[in-house]
Amino acid sequence: MPNPIPQPAMPQPAIAPPVERENYLNAKYGVWSWLLTTDHKRIALLYLLSITFFFFIGGFFALLIRLELLTPAGDLVQADTYNKLFTMHGMVMVFFFLIPSIPAVLGNFLVPMMIGAKDLAFPRINLLSWYLYIIGGVMMLHCMLTGGVDTGWTFYAPFSTNFTNTKIVEAGLAIFVAGFSSILTGLNFVVTIHRMRAPGMTWSRLPLFIWAHYATSIIQLLGTPVVAVTIVLVAAERALHLGIFDPKLGGDPLLFQHLFWFYSHPAVYIMILPSMGVVTEIIACFSRKRIFGYSFVAFSSIAIAVFGFLVWAHHMFVAGMSVYAALVFSLLSYAVAVPSAIKVFNWTATLYKGSIHYDAPMLYAFGFLGLFTIGGLTGLFLSALGINVHVTDTYFVVAHFHYIMVGGAVMGYLGGMHFWWPKISGKLYPEGWARLAALIVFIGFNLTFFPQFLLGYMGMPRRYYDYSHMPEFQILNVLSTAGATVLGVGYLLPMVYFLWSMRYGKPAPDNPWNAAGLEWKTPSPPPTFNFDEEPVVTWEAYNYDELDSPDKGAPHKEEVPVAR
Amino acid sequence: MPDSTVIGLHHEDEHHPELLHHFADAQQQRDSASLGMWVFLATEVMFFGGLFCAYLVYRHWYFPDFAAASKSIDATLGATNTAVLICSSLTVVLAVWAAQTARRTLLIVSLILTMLLGMAFLGIKGIEYREKFVEHHVPGASFSFDKVQVPGHPDQYANPHHAQIFFSLYFVMTGLHALHMIIGLGIFLWLLIMAWKGRFTPEWHTPVEIGGLYWHFVDIVWIYLFPLLYLIDRHP
Amino acid sequence: MLNNFPLWPVQASTIARSVDALYIFLLIVTGMMTLLIFICLVYFAARFRYRPGVPAVQIDGSHALEITWSTIPFLIFMVIFAWGALVYFKERTPPADATEVYVVAKQWMWKIEHAEGQREINQLHVPVGRDVKMIMTSQDVIHSFYIPAFRIKQDVLPGRYTVEWFRATKPGTYHLFCAEYCGTQHSGMVGDIVVMEPAQYETWMNGGSTGPLSATGEKIFAELGCSTCHRTDIQGRGPNLHGVFGKPVQLEDGRTVTADENYLRECILDPGAKRLKGFQPIMPTFQGLVTEEQVNALVAYIKSIAAAKGEAAKASASAAAPPAQENAQTNALANGSQVQ
Repeated sequence: MPNPIPQPAMPQPAIAPPVERENYLNAKYGVWSWLLTTDHKRIALLYLLSITFFFFIGGFFALLIRLELLTPAGDLVQADTYNKLFTMHGMVMVFFFLIPSIPAVLGNFLVPMMIGAKDLAFPRINLLSWYLYIIGGVMMLHCMLTGGVDTGWTFYAPFSTNFTNTKIVEAGLAIFVAGFSSILTGLNFVVTIHRMRAPGMTWSRLPLFIWAHYATSIIQLLGTPVVAVTIVLVAAERALHLGIFDPKLGGDPLLFQHLFWFYSHPAVYIMILPSMGVVTEIIACFSRKRIFGYSFVAFSSIAIAVFGFLVWAHHMFVAGMSVYAALVFSLLSYAVAVPSAIKVFNWTATLYKGSIHYDAPMLYAFGFLGLFTIGGLTGLFLSALGINVHVTDTYFVVAHFHYIMVGGAVMGYLGGMHFWWPKISGKLYPEGWARLAALIVFIGFNLTFFPQFLLGYMGMPRRYYDYSHMPEFQILNVLSTAGATVLGVGYLLPMVYFLWSMRYGKPAPDNPWNAAGLEWKTPSPPPTFNFDEEPVVTWEAYNYDELDSPDKGAPHKEEVPVAR
Repeated sequence: MPDSTVIGLHHEDEHHPELLHHFADAQQQRDSASLGMWVFLATEVMFFGGLFCAYLVYRHWYFPDFAAASKSIDATLGATNTAVLICSSLTVVLAVWAAQTARRTLLIVSLILTMLLGMAFLGIKGIEYREKFVEHHVPGASFSFDKVQVPGHPDQYANPHHAQIFFSLYFVMTGLHALHMIIGLGIFLWLLIMAWKGRFTPEWHTPVEIGGLYWHFVDIVWIYLFPLLYLIDRHP
Repeated sequence: MLNNFPLWPVQASTIARSVDALYIFLLIVTGMMTLLIFICLVYFAARFRYRPGVPAVQIDGSHALEITWSTIPFLIFMVIFAWGALVYFKERTPPADATEVYVVAKQWMWKIEHAEGQREINQLHVPVGRDVKMIMTSQDVIHSFYIPAFRIKQDVLPGRYTVEWFRATKPGTYHLFCAEYCGTQHSGMVGDIVVMEPAQYETWMNGGSTGPLSATGEKIFAELGCSTCHRTDIQGRGPNLHGVFGKPVQLEDGRTVTADENYLRECILDPGAKRLKGFQPIMPTFQGLVTEEQVNALVAYIKSIAAAKGEAAKASASAAAPPAQENAQTNALANGSQVQ
């Protein structure tokens, strides 16, 4: 590493001790020790494997979509196939990758460790969550292999309830089951954060990662049941033609949209808030500073969770709502932009007078900042009613939410994976490759999605597999497809070198970044119950001044549960 | 179910046998379990909330049709069921008190009574469903609601489509409620087995407490369902 | 700009100008915000990079700064909000005297009927400089009528009317897209908007026209037997429909609603739902008996007898419309296109 982080007061234990100490990875062996584990760290790894699987499935669909759009004519796949591709891409990525990504992998691994607990409050419910996720995932896979769904991930009625003849009920059931996995994870986090904090770990000492997960959990708990019951109604409507969403029988298709977006808008915050938490940790560590405006960053997470529930109908400005309802929802959408802006300003201010290191996680964090800023600011265009009418349901929207959900959430996820990989695996990944991957992802991402903003304002609608009517859109589409290829390489690289590092990587020290936070004060990889000694917290969050100063760092040494 | 975690087989240790070792003490474990149940109930509120929301929208739009459809349901059965559930809440409270004060027999009796009342509720519900089935009020192909007068408007017939929406919501809401009752019966059966084995003590009876919380919640949902579905526009 | 590589859509309606102006304003504002953040990021990242022996300076935060960077963006947001809302109001408020076009969407085509008489499929011919109002409904799923060159879009729903309007400013042929995913051939549900000089347009309109839509409606009105009860000379068993359109009417249950297009439509398809005060519920439903096109023609007919003989019919319509509220609310549809 060119800019080694000073580690003055932290004498590391001898690297690679002759006898491997017991940790959560080698405590037990065998398939059942994994499939029946209640250890939150092992469950996190189970999730890591499964969401990576779904990420590459969803990514494969995305690649086919981009290839189809390389030429204006619909020549690569049939119309129905294309419709299924973007539907399954959306469903897999949203429900089986993005929503569980950071909470279920990094959150699962880190929430108990960061607050000094031995495990989540309900370890068996945690395992149940993973099984529910897998059951939902298997159902989704089965649904895909036997025909799939062609409604778009939004399931709009009455198309989904009365017209399409694809497997709506099965896909809905898969999402229903996966939704309960998400609810139970949220429940576990809320209770754990309330009840399991180590002595001295007050709310104002919590890492902001925890605050972000707390806010995320609230959304999961209060939003997911609504989409679950909506799916129940769609399934019942499909089976029995009840008329709840069918205008021919007196029902209202807009009611479906209201119920659906009541969850699915906040769901965007389920995806982005944890990523914000990750980035906060990374920025503090690599600029060696306490986060600027800790309480503002913490409460802006809660504000986003609360306001996030009040803006759902901004997806429906042209759907046939009244003008006055549209006004209210536009106004509230601007209100929810403020806490996001506060976060970006505070992260930027944290860099001021820092001592900034450019290790791979920090590069991802910078990438996040750039992409999230663009994604957030284009949200201002979409919230402006006059412009929304023109750009909604075009590629402008596609570009906007990919900037948030892929540029923001996935950048944060990868940043977090790099940051905590030494803790998770006990191995170091190759730094040079990691920086290269960060750069490739950033470039590939912008090349893929920036042209889509232009396409959207030009008027190219979403979900068109054939644009031979408007061949003038081709050049931008070709750019986008080229970018997607680069992006694909950028996503494959980390998977390759993470796997490589598990076997050939150098053993990681307990605290390779000399980072603050309880998770770094225990061995890498941690023992089954996380700490050899129950931690007692006597310091504030992000005490980088103490960590970097040889004199001030010492007094805490007795109280800190130093790895032995 | 969330409460199932609270109990666990555990290697014998110096602390209470029911204390899971990732908790610092029994207090923390109890607090966690009860907070977990409260949080779970919050999600349940949202679950039923979506249905109530749909119900209120359509009731506002199609009030006369909803009134007519509501009148076709037997309110006496509904009222009886309300009474049954209120009694069962009482027996649940008794069970919790019995557990707190180490009255094993009372605990077992209260649990059995609660379950009997719960089954009575489901039985009455079954009679009600059967009536609806016989009258062809179950939404679907055989649904029929022809020439039913709107209460207070003898010259006007209810729109069958709108009535079908009422019955759809009626079956979905009471059906999900009944499903919650069945899950509740399962929980109470398990509590009964535990109580039979004498596992509950004044120090440790968290499952009875949070099982009771769940039962009360299911009762409260019914307290809202009853007037909304059965008593829309009824006059003596 | 390159001919085959445009980066800005054609601007061909009055609304397009307003939308573009706001868009450019937003580009400037957000561009400046982005620049500000990126300059800070890059400058801090370079200026405060790690140097041995130079420790980071710990700063807890600053309430003054937090308040500044919450308030200023919020005020900017409010300006954008207000501007956006003004444009939206304009988009959603069709002028009262606009030429009317009825649109019926179905999987996967647009069926268009001009009130003046012409019918087209996947094409809409309009004159330059005239306000055109589209009254749209769908036969099956939700569609969305989108003309990028005009910057307008409105979902087209089954079971109700939604409305959108424009005034074209430039002759030419522009894209018409379906913007709400509607099934297999969604991307084939495209068409052309042909904007013509008024003289050309008149010629086009007169070639092969089947007569005004309201005349078709009048014929259907007679064929279906509507005129037996809805008499035009006296008050029959059903309300006299002269001059009803656009007026507030009192319902049996005491509510007062405006008799707009959606109300007429609902009365034809579900007569019991919003029955006029003082009339028996004897009208049968026409749900399933009339096509969407026939409903449109009937609505056009009822509107036409309101406009043409409005004054003369006022006396006979007073049974239906309470005399206290006489002012026509022609913009009623703009304030919410829902049935309810």
